[in-house]
Amino acid sequence: MTERKLDRRDFLRLGLVAGPVSLAAACGWDGGSAIEPRLRGFSRVNDWVGEHILQSNGRLAPEYPISMRTRDFPHYFVARPMAPMLPAPESWSLEVGGEVKKPARLTMAMIQQLPRVTYTVKHHCVEGWTAIGTWTGAPLSSVLAMVEPTDRGKYLRLDSFDRDPSGRQYYTGWDLKSAVHPQTILAYAFNDQPLRPERGAPLRLYSPVKLGYKLTKYLTRISLTTDRPGGYWEDVGYPWLGGI
Amino acid sequence: MHRHHWLVRLCHWANAILLVGMIASGLQIYNAYQRFGPRDMQYMVLNPVKLLHGTPSAPEWSRLGGWLAGGLNWHFTLAWPFVITGLLYLLYLLFSGEWRFLLFRPRDIVPAAQMQLYYLRLRKEHPPQGKHNALQKAAYTSILVVGALAVLTGFAIYKPVQLSWLTALFGGYELTRYWHFVSVWVFVAFTILHVILVFVVDPASLRAMITGWYRGRFPSHD
Repeated sequence: MTERKLDRRDFLRLGLVAGPVSLAAACGWDGGSAIEPRLRGFSRVNDWVGEHILQSNGRLAPEYPISMRTRDFPHYFVARPMAPMLPAPESWSLEVGGEVKKPARLTMAMIQQLPRVTYTVKHHCVEGWTAIGTWTGAPLSSVLAMVEPTDRGKYLRLDSFDRDPSGRQYYTGWDLKSAVHPQTILAYAFNDQPLRPERGAPLRLYSPVKLGYKLTKYLTRISLTTDRPGGYWEDVGYPWLGGI
Repeated sequence: MHRHHWLVRLCHWANAILLVGMIASGLQIYNAYQRFGPRDMQYMVLNPVKLLHGTPSAPEWSRLGGWLAGGLNWHFTLAWPFVITGLLYLLYLLFSGEWRFLLFRPRDIVPAAQMQLYYLRLRKEHPPQGKHNALQKAAYTSILVVGALAVLTGFAIYKPVQLSWLTALFGGYELTRYWHFVSVWVFVAFTILHVILVFVVDPASLRAMITGWYRGRFPSHD
């Protein structure tokens, strides 16, 4: 057995291994126009696994003491520069329709008469940060029970009056299973105070079982649909389910 | 002699490529929020990106996906073959019996010390070894453990509510996200050392991992 120094061939071999590997990662490459749609297509597999295997409606998000609330809970909307506001908030109502037997138009008074749920939970943003806050509202399941979805109503589309400067409206699509999770609510209060405009006033969707971008604020309409609705962020590539 | 089953070679090279993709897309995801800890209380923890790059932002060449959504889609797609080849390899180790040559056990502690002395030139003769020497066993066993931890912490921050028991086990979402990030740097350090040792100590092992046949200077003493 003899000691062997590194020779040119060894470095060539190293290059053969390292070359393609570093190429694959090079320069913040997004996968190109060929791979990117395939990745988004594959994301549906993860949506399916997330909804049907990893998710149980019997599992509740942990609750936290009020003392753990996050100072300066971040807020977010797509309108610029001011938070979206209604010209006549008193005439606001929520339209619930689509594939339902009893379409309804709900005023804030009607929503506040529904069972009231309050919890202090952790909010997860897709970016990776978390924040703890207290949310109060009516279970979405009680609204759905009121309007009675038809057999064709498989998804929910939640529309808002939040629009980005280009005019695109913020909306999201939800699976029915997450919608009837006991912690999925139509929230009208945050940290014991009525929702402020930057938090989605007058009414927003809240649920600790989805990422923040699935929680539509400034609600105007909920429609039950047969086909899977897209969403403001989902349409540009974010995972559709957003379940956590 | 024949040293590596085709399944081991396949898993090894698939893992090498997938790991680069997982790390690069992971750095893209990390870049969307370059801190650790709850929003209003940053953890004072070591951040190798900051250490190596001067800023907590991962350089563009190290990222895959172009933006957060692209990084997420790459990460959650590559995670499948990454986990599947990892499980395949573990099953192979288990059912072929080859785990006996690889698993570091208490009886390997003394040979590992002898091996270290040999490398430090404090011992003349190469200690007897099986397919791998005791230090290799320690390295290959611990990288499997780190791989398992990387996958488990990944699941724990992917579904922190559905898998809240797992997330709690690692110290909560924010800390788990940091452990997941730490696993990257263990993989990077392991890979650098691994490649250096292949070329410096036993270049023939590279051919063995490609063709399966070993013709180097460390025949098994078994």
